Amino acid sequence: MNKDMKILVVDDFSTMRRIIKNLLRDLGFTNTDEADDGNTALPMLQTGKYDFLVTDWNMPGMTGIELLQNVRADDNLKTMPVLMVTAEAKRDQIVAAAQAGVNGYVVKPFTAAVLKEKIDKIFERIDS
Amino acid sequence: MSDNTEEQNETVRAFEDGLKEQSYRLKELVDSGDISGAMEVINEINETRDRTLYQEVGRLTRSLYESIRNFHVDSAVPPHDEEAMSKMNDASDRLTYVVDMTNKAANKTLDLVEETMPYASGIKEEAVQLKEAWGRLQRKEMKPEEFRALSGRMDEFLQKLSVDSDKVYVNLSEILLAQDFQDLTGQVIHRVTGLVKEVEENLVDLVRMAGKVDSITGTVHDIDEVDRGIEGEGPQMNTEKREDVVSGQDDVDDLLSSLGF
Repeated sequence: MNKDMKILVVDDFSTMRRIIKNLLRDLGFTNTDEADDGNTALPMLQTGKYDFLVTDWNMPGMTGIELLQNVRADDNLKTMPVLMVTAEAKRDQIVAAAQAGVNGYVVKPFTAAVLKEKIDKIFERIDS
Repeated sequence: MSDNTEEQNETVRAFEDGLKEQSYRLKELVDSGDISGAMEVINEINETRDRTLYQEVGRLTRSLYESIRNFHVDSAVPPHDEEAMSKMNDASDRLTYVVDMTNKAANKTLDLVEETMPYASGIKEEAVQLKEAWGRLQRKEMKPEEFRALSGRMDEFLQKLSVDSDKVYVNLSEILLAQDFQDLTGQVIHRVTGLVKEVEENLVDLVRMAGKVDSITGTVHDIDEVDRGIEGEGPQMNTEKREDVVSGQDDVDDLLSSLGF
């Protein structure tokens, strides 16, 4: 796993973005950017600068699931690993996220260890 | 409102009793061939029904008015300033206050944590290096000039340690104080919860009264279930009692692995 990879963190609450960025930094990922919803995130992703997307689900404007669907529908982005970090906990929603092609799903409230484990798992699969 | 409900039940019961008696008379008259008499009874039934209906609608309107008035705050504001009087308005202001307070506290805490972390990692890094040098000293592997350098560094480190740990302590105390929002937001949320309960009770009463009107007019409502599809709902409550909701990360992992993840 390349620790210099560029990560986009999408959440409508700035405090949650800060928490995730801090946790990512502790894991050695310092190359992170932020966006506050899918509408802001998608054009950023389309610049092709990002290697990994961490997104919330429930956001005003474009939600995380819509962002995921847009990413998977875009030829240049469709292979990008996506981790969802969200308070959405209904089984239907998790199944929908899986069907939309999510690579990992973390429910809030979460711990640093869970975040690390999911990221490790995603990149283990990609690297193997 | 319970007096009101009692009164209303009384009216509806009287209407039903009257209806029974009148339909019995209607049958008698039709059976005996007195059609004009029967027509009169039909008119009577209509009148009773209309009168009862007007009473019920009147009562419903009055309750609606009372309920709306109940949502308002005390007489501190002018009685005709509906906007300022509205408790609902007040409640959304209060909730905005909670959002602001929690946001401020979270940001302050994050600021302090981000400021403190470099102190902790700085202390750790220097301590690791000094420990290594100290080990060499104890194993008598150190030259005198190296020892002088170490002694200087040790002096600096102890100096820095007392300043930095002070800073860490001060920041931790500030983080502690930043949690004071809980008391204030807790009180506000309790008040708003109380209001929501009150509003709910009033609404349930109104629905009950409207149901009586429906039974007199014989109205049946078709209420369609709204299909919301997959959309964000925010955190779920009472997850341990619900089948359609996961209770934590382990549940999510199990579900995903059952889907082949």
